[in-house]
Amino acid sequence: MSNKIIQAIYNDDDVLMAAVKKIKAKELHIEEIFTPFPVHGLDKAMGLPHTRIAVAAFIYGCIGLAVASSLMGYIMIADWPQDIGGKPSFSFLTNLPAFVPIMFELTVFFGAHLMVITFYMRSRLWPFKEAENPDVRTTDDHFLMEIAVDNNESELTALLEETGAVEVIVTEKH
Amino acid sequence: MGAIILMVVGLLGIVYGFLSAPGTPEEAMEIIAASSHEDHGAETHVVKHEEAVTAHHGEEAHEVHATGHDKEHAHHVFSQLQNKPWAALYVAAFFFMMISLGTLAFYAINRAAQAGWSPVLFRVMEGITAYLLPGAVLMIVIWVVANLGDHHLFIWTNKEVVDSDHLLQGKSSYLNMTAFIIRAVVYIGGWVAYRQISRKFSIAQDTAEDDSYFKKNFRASAIFLVFFLVTESMMSWDWIMSVEPHWFSTLFGWYVFASMFVSGITMIAIVTLYLKSKGYLEYVNDSHIHDLGKFMFGISIFWTYLWFSQFMLYWYSNIPEEVGYFVQRIRDYQLPFFGMIALNFLFPLLILMNSDFKRKSWFIIMTGCIILFGHYLDIYNMIMPSTVGDQWFIGIPEIASILFFLGLFILVVFTALTKVPLLAKRNPFIEESKHFHY
Repeated sequence: MSNKIIQAIYNDDDVLMAAVKKIKAKELHIEEIFTPFPVHGLDKAMGLPHTRIAVAAFIYGCIGLAVASSLMGYIMIADWPQDIGGKPSFSFLTNLPAFVPIMFELTVFFGAHLMVITFYMRSRLWPFKEAENPDVRTTDDHFLMEIAVDNNESELTALLEETGAVEVIVTEKH
Repeated sequence: MGAIILMVVGLLGIVYGFLSAPGTPEEAMEIIAASSHEDHGAETHVVKHEEAVTAHHGEEAHEVHATGHDKEHAHHVFSQLQNKPWAALYVAAFFFMMISLGTLAFYAINRAAQAGWSPVLFRVMEGITAYLLPGAVLMIVIWVVANLGDHHLFIWTNKEVVDSDHLLQGKSSYLNMTAFIIRAVVYIGGWVAYRQISRKFSIAQDTAEDDSYFKKNFRASAIFLVFFLVTESMMSWDWIMSVEPHWFSTLFGWYVFASMFVSGITMIAIVTLYLKSKGYLEYVNDSHIHDLGKFMFGISIFWTYLWFSQFMLYWYSNIPEEVGYFVQRIRDYQLPFFGMIALNFLFPLLILMNSDFKRKSWFIIMTGCIILFGHYLDIYNMIMPSTVGDQWFIGIPEIASILFFLGLFILVVFTALTKVPLLAKRNPFIEESKHFHY
């Protein structure tokens, strides 16, 4: 089992999309694609599984809502009962309108921040991390596709060049 | 091809119209007539009953009547019950007019924004806005008739009330019958004029050589939107807010707009899916439905935001003449008031949040029906507490009124849909719209 991978570099996202479709039609597995900007529909063309961040976001929002409700219930009703808006009912439910903005904000706050943190953890990103992209040009105007070589180096190279790659490099995986 | 579609749709629309319209309007009218007789019986009964036990009843709602002793209270209940079938008719008339108007606004926004995804739906929207003229005129006729004679749906039309009310005298230069009708004519005239012009351009574009009609439509839509945003706000003061002439809210226009916008979009989705299920609109794919679903979701949240913004300020400040509006609604209308929030906010929030659900037709239809019912309740909650007080009940007059206007709505809309091909084929964005894919 070799550790060799093949890297094909493209300079246009439409050419890249067409290449991905061609390669997927040959039932080859694409390891990774590095792009300077999000390419619409690329995840579907690559056959990546659907993101689960939406489910996570819903759960985080619920956590935020729960935190806000218990926070307001504790500080405004239980710990130090407040007379809100001249309505000294001291009950959580009848004072609910006053708490709704906070509940909304904390739902959004928890949802947004925890989603970003989840995304970074899931993508193994942290401050001062060394970049993983194999070619710096993928941060500028080039697209790079990585495919594992499995004793088919020459066919693969030919195929990739046929799809319009401007460069095809065979290298060791690091 | 267009002709075949036209003929088949025509047949369908006519059959559909025949099935629903003669059944419902006549039935509805009969029921309405029958129920007002019933009301008469019930009224005398209630009046007697009220005279007997009225000592226990607190005075209700209308400040003008609030000098209550027994007889006055009985008279009050009597006039509320007399108002009930009128109010029921008015709520339903307004509701269906509002759907059509909301659709017109959505259509104009799509035109003005030169949206690329929606041109395959333009003919559906134009069909729905065909109801605007008959719907709005009928509504104003109902309003005028309901305020002539002895019963006054809107109390500021009652001269005795105005004479004894200093605040209403101050507003009488705006709130009087003549000015009201003139304004109504201006609003409806402006909206319908845009609708007809835009429809004409839209059809002319089908056979045009260049895009000039498209550009003209763009300009007309931009002008209409300016006119609409002003008149819509004033319309909401005239036709709804003045039912409680002492109370006012500065964002009422937006609040009503959110309600009509979401109802309109929901109706577009429902009509589109209906036509699609009959085999028309072959270019409408599930991405279009998905986008309409997103709008239903988003505008439902927008509606909640405005509803809550209005409610919270009044609730917080707790100024008697302002908060009375909500006190009455929460006390006498607890179920529709809170039920409406559940239907219009919680339900679409939880159901339409999932992206896959928004692509399923039966899901959009079901959710759409619930959203429409929720916004009917919204209008109900605006009109009823001020006209019938605590004598509300969703019974035969209300349901029959809904059925009558639904029948008329379906008849007008589907007749309009049969008149022209369902694809605006020469629209410069039609190719993009056909291949729209999310």
